[in-house]
Amino acid sequence: MTVHNFYIFDRNGSCLHYSEWNRKKQAGISKDEEFKLMYGMLFSIRSFISKMSPLDMYPVCVCVGERERECVCVFSLTKLFRKDGFLAFQTSRYKLHYYETPTGIKLVMNTDLGVPNCRDTLQQIYSTLYVEYIVKNPLCVLGESLQSDLFNTKLDSFIRALPFFSVRAA
Amino acid sequence: MAIFSVYVVNKAGGLIYQYDNYVPRTEVEKTFSFPLDLVLKIHDEKVIVSFGQRDGIRVGHALLSINGVDVNGKYTAEGKEIQEYLKDPANYPVSIKFGRQRLSSNEKLMLASMFHSLFAIGSQLSPEVGSSGIEMLETDMFKLHCFQTLTGIKFIVLADPRQSGIDALLRKIYEIYSDFALKNPFYSLEMPIRCELFDQNLKMALEIAEKAGTFGPGS
Repeated sequence: MTVHNFYIFDRNGSCLHYSEWNRKKQAGISKDEEFKLMYGMLFSIRSFISKMSPLDMYPVCVCVGERERECVCVFSLTKLFRKDGFLAFQTSRYKLHYYETPTGIKLVMNTDLGVPNCRDTLQQIYSTLYVEYIVKNPLCVLGESLQSDLFNTKLDSFIRALPFFSVRAA
Repeated sequence: MAIFSVYVVNKAGGLIYQYDNYVPRTEVEKTFSFPLDLVLKIHDEKVIVSFGQRDGIRVGHALLSINGVDVNGKYTAEGKEIQEYLKDPANYPVSIKFGRQRLSSNEKLMLASMFHSLFAIGSQLSPEVGSSGIEMLETDMFKLHCFQTLTGIKFIVLADPRQSGIDALLRKIYEIYSDFALKNPFYSLEMPIRCELFDQNLKMALEIAEKAGTFGPGS
């Protein structure tokens, strides 16, 4: 098992962050073009799914536990079960995991096939790394490529610590 | 739990066969008084709910009928614009039925060719060498399984996420395709499949797969 690479896109489609670990094949185009292609693919998949789905796809929030009565909590995702569609796809060699926040930040991680659903991991990256080191850093301009070294090192060590990171774990 | 539909796409991305096996009914009828507590907008010549989910009516649902009479796109049965009709307090109370819009055959063609290109991009953006295109696409509501044959035909099955045995079903459909479509002397390659035997056998295979498919963990 292993993690190949990781992308963060904002809601306008610009790539905020890219890093890679065990990537064996490059796309054969410039990184800029690759980000556009990736975002275009995700965007199309989202619209494809919402049309294709036999059931309603739009976010339905079902509150659980003690929060049941305050149903305005669309933004506290931890307690919510959102039916927001696209989770992952896999080909014969890799699996792409997808997570999108209600503000349109998209986190994409490519791993190999043995890795189970990564939604929690991606959400953790969003809440403990992106929000902590980017949103709470006044020097980071939102909507621009992330320059924070702190974020990069934290993300790198977070990914390296994942139970499915090492190639040998399989 | 269920297999929703089957698509067959030829190597150029054209849809040559489509069958809806199970379409869940999602229609809600409700009586409204003036003013309407939903925001409606026109999208693709249809009236769609754009804001205000309530009582089973969801964002994205289309307006299907007014006072029991089916509407015609964005016009009422009498030919008036629906949005104008609903602005007039004299027409209230009004009973409106909302539901998920069915895909038209044109939309199905479009979606099939869309998947064709997504499949190719999925393989181009692969971080690993020698990757195929998208084989399985997972969402909260359904899983899409795709099997591409060596000759480039894609068999696509939409099923419940818990349904198992889809891989075997896809190969079975391939077998049915080679037996009943390709061996039919009146079938021309790459063209839509209109063979009764293919239909019958496909339906049978789906039935068997639905029954046999246990709801084991993961499919």
